[in-house]
Amino acid sequence: MKDGKINVHYLTRVEGHGNIVVDLKGGAIEELRWEIPEAPRFFEAMVRGQSYADAPHITSRICGICSIGHTVASLQGIEAAIGVQPSEQTILLRKLILHAETVQSHTLHVFYLAVPDFLGVNSVIPLATTHREPLLQAIRLHGLANKWSDMIGGRTTHPINMVVNGWTRIPTPDELRTLRQQITDAIPDLKAWVEIVKTLEIPDFERETEYLALKRDDEYAFYNGAIASTDGGTTSVPEYREKIKEFVVPYSSAKHTKAARESFMVGALARFNNNYEKLSPLAQWAAEEMGLKPVCYNPFMNNVAQLVEVAHCLEDGVHIIDELLAMGLEEEVRSVKVSGGTGVGATEVPRGLLIHEYTVDEGGTITGANLIIPTNMNHNNIERDLKALVPTVVDRSKEEITLSLEMLVRAYDPCISCSTHLLTVEFV
Amino acid sequence: MKPRIAIFDFGCCEGCQLQIVNLEEELLDLVALVDVVSWREAMTGHSDEYDIAIVEGSITREEEMERLKGIRQNAKILVALGACAHIGGVNCLKNFFEMDEVLEYVYGKDAKHFDTIPARPLSAVVPVDYAVPGCPIDRKEFLEVIKALLLGKKPPIPNYPVCVECKMKGNVCVFDKGMTCLGPVTRAGCGAICPTYGNKCEGCRGLVDDPNLDSQKEVLQEHGLTVEQMLNSFRMFDGYMEVAK
Repeated sequence: MKDGKINVHYLTRVEGHGNIVVDLKGGAIEELRWEIPEAPRFFEAMVRGQSYADAPHITSRICGICSIGHTVASLQGIEAAIGVQPSEQTILLRKLILHAETVQSHTLHVFYLAVPDFLGVNSVIPLATTHREPLLQAIRLHGLANKWSDMIGGRTTHPINMVVNGWTRIPTPDELRTLRQQITDAIPDLKAWVEIVKTLEIPDFERETEYLALKRDDEYAFYNGAIASTDGGTTSVPEYREKIKEFVVPYSSAKHTKAARESFMVGALARFNNNYEKLSPLAQWAAEEMGLKPVCYNPFMNNVAQLVEVAHCLEDGVHIIDELLAMGLEEEVRSVKVSGGTGVGATEVPRGLLIHEYTVDEGGTITGANLIIPTNMNHNNIERDLKALVPTVVDRSKEEITLSLEMLVRAYDPCISCSTHLLTVEFV
Repeated sequence: MKPRIAIFDFGCCEGCQLQIVNLEEELLDLVALVDVVSWREAMTGHSDEYDIAIVEGSITREEEMERLKGIRQNAKILVALGACAHIGGVNCLKNFFEMDEVLEYVYGKDAKHFDTIPARPLSAVVPVDYAVPGCPIDRKEFLEVIKALLLGKKPPIPNYPVCVECKMKGNVCVFDKGMTCLGPVTRAGCGAICPTYGNKCEGCRGLVDDPNLDSQKEVLQEHGLTVEQMLNSFRMFDGYMEVAK
């Protein structure tokens, strides 16, 4: 299709509302927009006047899929603002539940939202008859992740017991041993899916860009770290504004961002590209099997990077449980002495780097907030990828072009219901 | 013909729809009994021909009212899914500010590109037949509601407070731990999950039909807490109620 318009109004199988608008004239792009018409929810404005202690439970409600990640980033931001350093046990348990969310979210995306495109169906539902065994394996992995969240956080979505400076309930050693066994038992299902994904025809498309992710010397960073770039260099979390610039485009209720180049990407592929050497052995095996090598500039491979991370989280989850059991869990004192201030928390959630910044007064009341959500950081890169992808598929039919553009956006696993809750930073 | 179900969302985190996905194998059993004709989050394709509309989220923009009225017109039964749709939910925290100020705080000089209205539950715009309460919903309760609807029965949502379930669990009373708890007036059905995990009830399921507010005030006094503190706790999920009066 050399001439005409493509208008995907409300892209399906993503979290939230996004539109793809393309106008082609003589095979060239006259206009291309990735529009975000999602209703903004104004969390930064809403938390003002609330107690520091309630921020994690309020901001958890930004996203149903990554509510644990929002809780963690919020806890980190609040704890930095009021001057609290949580214990090693608290941090290990947070790392453990973050892994549960990463497995839950990645399996949901790869198996239920992305794979139907590769198999030529409109949703996961028809696979119940055509691909029953792999679907049951997928459901088992997804179900394991949810049981994992339930056990550590009280429920699957919007964790109950994660609070400032600790937990209102910690798991028993028996519960942890049960979970350890369940995770170990799930590894064959993961391996089976690696075998399936390596047979899928991932579109061959590349566009060089910058990848940002947290990085640590001692582990594949999810919980915390410094902000690293595949273009080199790291930025400490409190200095995030030095690295990440936000700006508004009129057709999108989510702000766009840029760093060193005109756009950048965050998420599983960005973490993989920055931290490949720190992956667990099972994850490195999965990457090799599926042909993923750093630095990979193909955004469609984000689906593959997600499955690699599932392998890592399973293996590292077992490792964290062993560490907790060896330490011996104990009830901790959670009370804190609040000192006013500003603090920044940053954690890697399934879709990438998440930043929560708060200002809290001496009485513990929140007076300001700034939340930067990963999908928001990706919008600009998505749009530039779409512009680069169109010329490579322009000879195909309208339906094929549309599917290919939809699959590209889906590969980012955008979480648009999250991505609109942003605050004014300096505009560039 | 199988009953046709459509799932929609407005301003929300989509976490309640996620609980439907989280039914895992039971979801396969459910979709065998019904025809899902529209579910943007999980499938491509859409139809306006449906019997039951399941709607998540609260209304936060003028244009959404028209969309919701259209859904109401198409559906024989409209179910509010989760706290945002049922009682307004966390979105209503915004209602305690001026909308212009909220827009400017988040978008600065670009605020003019966006619009927003005070958040409200579905029932503030159209008649709602049933609600699955909670933030998030309890997926077992969701299944019970759908089962009842398929059998032509009234869904079994409890009308007694969370305290009842909490006592049955044998939990230490949250007030005795020095925290404010909304359990005495909040609708049960969650199994008192938050107190069971060591936290307080935050009131996400809304009030019981006839809350014993005098008794709640007594409990507050007994523990040296004020009505003001109580109302502030209600704001997290039930702010619409306070604004409305």
